[in-house]
Amino acid sequence: MSDTALAPSSTALNGENGKVDKPRSLFSDAMRDLRRRPVFWIGLAVVLLVVLMAAFPSLFTSADPRHCVLARQHEPPSGVAYFGYDFQGCDVFARAVHGARTSLVVGFIGVAVATVLALVIGMTAGYFGGWIDSLLSRIIDIVLGVPFLLAGVVLATRLSQGGRSTNVVPVILVLGLLGWTTAARVIRSSVIAAKNQDYVTAARMLGASSARIIWRHILPNALAPTVVVLTIALGGFITTEATLSFLGVGLRDPAISWGIDISNATRYIRLAFLPLFAPASFLAITVLGFIMLGDAIRDAFDPKLR
Amino acid sequence: MTETVGRGAPGTVGREAPGTSASQPSDAEVVLETRDLVKHYPITRGVVFQRKIGAVRAVDGVSLKLHKGETLGIVGESGCGKSTLARLLVGLEKPSSGQIIVNGTDLGTLSRSEMRRFRRDVQMVMQDPYTSLNPRMTVGDIIGEPFEIHPDVVPRKDRHARVRELLDVVGLNPDHINRYPHQFSGGQRQRIGIARAIALRPKIIICDEPVSALDVSIQAQVINLLERLQAEFGLSYIFIAHDLSVVRHIADRVAVMYLGKIVETGTDAEIYDGPTHPYTQALLSAVPVPDPTLRGQRDQIVLEGDVPSPANPPSGCRFRTRCWKAKAICATEEPALVVREKSAHPSACHFAEVRDVVHAATT
Amino acid sequence: MADIITTKDPSIEVLPNLDSTAQLLDVRDLHVEFRTQAGVAHAVRGVNLTLNPGETLAVLGESGCGKSVTAQAIMGILDTPPGYVTKGEVLYRGVDLLKLSERERRRVRGNRIAMIFQDALSALNPVFSVGFQLAEQFRVHRGLSRAEARKRAIEQLDLVKIPAARQRINDYPHQFSGGMRQRVMIAMALALDPEILIADEPTTALDVTVQAQIMRLLAELQAERNMGLILITHDMGVVADVADRISVMYAGRVVEEAPVHDIYSRPAHPYTKALLESIPRVDLKGQELKVIKGLPPNLMAIPPGCAFSPRCPMAQDECRRDPLPPNYEVEPGRHSACHFWRDVVRD
Repeated sequence: MSDTALAPSSTALNGENGKVDKPRSLFSDAMRDLRRRPVFWIGLAVVLLVVLMAAFPSLFTSADPRHCVLARQHEPPSGVAYFGYDFQGCDVFARAVHGARTSLVVGFIGVAVATVLALVIGMTAGYFGGWIDSLLSRIIDIVLGVPFLLAGVVLATRLSQGGRSTNVVPVILVLGLLGWTTAARVIRSSVIAAKNQDYVTAARMLGASSARIIWRHILPNALAPTVVVLTIALGGFITTEATLSFLGVGLRDPAISWGIDISNATRYIRLAFLPLFAPASFLAITVLGFIMLGDAIRDAFDPKLR
Repeated sequence: MTETVGRGAPGTVGREAPGTSASQPSDAEVVLETRDLVKHYPITRGVVFQRKIGAVRAVDGVSLKLHKGETLGIVGESGCGKSTLARLLVGLEKPSSGQIIVNGTDLGTLSRSEMRRFRRDVQMVMQDPYTSLNPRMTVGDIIGEPFEIHPDVVPRKDRHARVRELLDVVGLNPDHINRYPHQFSGGQRQRIGIARAIALRPKIIICDEPVSALDVSIQAQVINLLERLQAEFGLSYIFIAHDLSVVRHIADRVAVMYLGKIVETGTDAEIYDGPTHPYTQALLSAVPVPDPTLRGQRDQIVLEGDVPSPANPPSGCRFRTRCWKAKAICATEEPALVVREKSAHPSACHFAEVRDVVHAATT
Repeated sequence: MADIITTKDPSIEVLPNLDSTAQLLDVRDLHVEFRTQAGVAHAVRGVNLTLNPGETLAVLGESGCGKSVTAQAIMGILDTPPGYVTKGEVLYRGVDLLKLSERERRRVRGNRIAMIFQDALSALNPVFSVGFQLAEQFRVHRGLSRAEARKRAIEQLDLVKIPAARQRINDYPHQFSGGMRQRVMIAMALALDPEILIADEPTTALDVTVQAQIMRLLAELQAERNMGLILITHDMGVVADVADRISVMYAGRVVEEAPVHDIYSRPAHPYTKALLESIPRVDLKGQELKVIKGLPPNLMAIPPGCAFSPRCPMAQDECRRDPLPPNYEVEPGRHSACHFWRDVVRD
């Protein structure tokens, strides 16, 4: 029994001192901590802005991104088109704004697919251990070992059966099927850590079934680090979609995506800089926003850092 | 100080009386009994194909009896197997061999659903109040969980009231039912754990070092609570601890463990005031007594060396490598836990003899 | 027997102005606070301690009373931020350690004043062998060569009775058992023959038989070197066995200070008395454990007046008001911070 080297948290000992406090879960404690971090607010602001842009592009631009007049090719910015026009004469800003929707939709659904896979595999491996864990861990290792982009290209090409495709599904599948591994590992280790906790032992002693233990005791404690991983992964997924589209194996015209815009614009970089700059900076800022959000959440939920 | 050998060949003396002592009325109902309980953990080598190269003999033949309404204290140092014993008694681990009999039923014969029912009768209070409660559940949920797992014990509409009642019984404010564990102190968290353990009205509670992690002044509160609950609900306790002073206070009978075996058992007066096994004597002499006038007055036995590995215990008597009385027979013949010529209670030593090490040496 | 430096080597000037006639250690009115986002915790609120060579001072108290923080402040290893020494002096042979530069403090730390901790596993560096860590002391503070330092390290391990020291010198901390690790830590602490050893709960995590071995070792080594020992603990049994004087701490203050026999037979503070009555004893049975009701105070919101008053069975109005109870002199060499110490002693 050693002295408390740091001051005890003010949340303890409330009852004995007669002060009546609202019950405070670890979650609300973390939220309070979160509110104090500027990184959180910046990240949140960016993310909300982008989400808004994706949901209601008309709030940001009235121009039709598909209305392209070749005559306006590479025109400089004006009061109407903030970033000018691209090589096809499309409004760069309008395309960038509408591209947000594609990127976010692909990113979110991709993350959803990856999460489901990661949860199932990670939890099974972590909870049951033994040969199941060995087997699943080796599978994770194998998938991890495959170069993401390479596999992505191959898979995307295969899934879209060559030819032109605006279908987002192949891209989403690629992201989901290849991107679940890190989250699975994180989930697996938090399940293993939670499994060995005394309170899980206590539940088992009470006669709780495995299902109950997983649902009530392990999942809530495994979720926090997962949320963090996934938020950051979202940024990565958006970038990957852009990369795939840039390489020509993701989305293609007439889909609107930042990747496509960047891909097209690089060809004419000497003529016009802005058609590259706009989608690229939108992409970078969006990803940065998600990463900052994920970072802040992770720091707030990590009890050791508080 | 030389010890004289007891007269008569060891092993021929006394009747077999595992777990009970001569002065204990044996007509009191036995609520829990173990017979030659063994738990070995295999040591394996290899990652893909594992082969067994040895075993950690954590519990190596333990036979004890717990009577209704009594507290049986089990003391021993780290590595003696008491924690493993606790886990076996509560059903968290399956024994490698031997039997655990609760209220006449052999646990090994129970099906899974029967096991679940059995859990209502035997519960455990755990050591660490900081990790034994799920930090993301409210106190009400934690204490109410037993009712959710065994829905037929308390009807749903009554559960809230019952949880509040339990909070009150353990000395906590029922209005705090929606608080989270981190809002309570260590002692209070332990009370929550106790409330959870008694929720299903068990008959037997295994207390695994329940006060070791608490401050001294809080220990008294929790110990008093446990005693009060025992009187009020007619509970029987197995109290496992390394703190001999605490066990002295609360236990009616005591069993001393060393390297997976019980080396001596008796009433608390017999064990503390008249220990006969050398290990018990060494253990007790090492316990500091808060009385400076006894400084230098007590019989100080300081053991040399470390505890042998439970994977490779010494042959014969396990304590012989550190025992000042060891003779040749100790290596060849393992002493049984029986009543001996010079002791009224069972002791696993060929040369058992009473030696009061706790009080000042009478000169 | 190892070749110990029994007299301080005069060629090693640790600090200027050291006065060998002044008290070995004199802590005066020490205040330490922790500044956190949630508020300021007053961990130490005016602690006075003295120590003489060859003496064992036990600092007794429960968690949160400030005993470890006091020790850290004396050693100069307080976590800053968030801990700050806001007031007071720590006089080592007349020199105030708090006013020294970090460089000067380093010459004292480990060299003249050493400390051992509760958990040897985290106090020892797991990636270096025990021999390396021991030898490091000699290399850094005494300027010995590698070979010389290694030789001394083996001697140190012998000193603390670690069997087969020559082979074990190359082992890593995790290869030792708990008791052995504690001995290694003692060996490291005593390597440079310090004048003061601070032991912060050295045996709390150990089995009782190992505890007995370690305490016996400490007592032997202390007697050999005439070293001052500050033993920080909550175990009243251990204290009764080894201490000469005891300072009982509660909520950052010393509430009672007395020679060991007096504390046990006639405590002069309600907290000490309550503590003695609440501990189970291995030589007594059936006594009712008196409970100290309530909980220790929140260090960020200590009530005015005597910090123990909310839990004290004898508290009066005077106790709940500022000013804090001063250190009344019960007898020469005995103090109690209770307005009603006379009543306590009388019972």
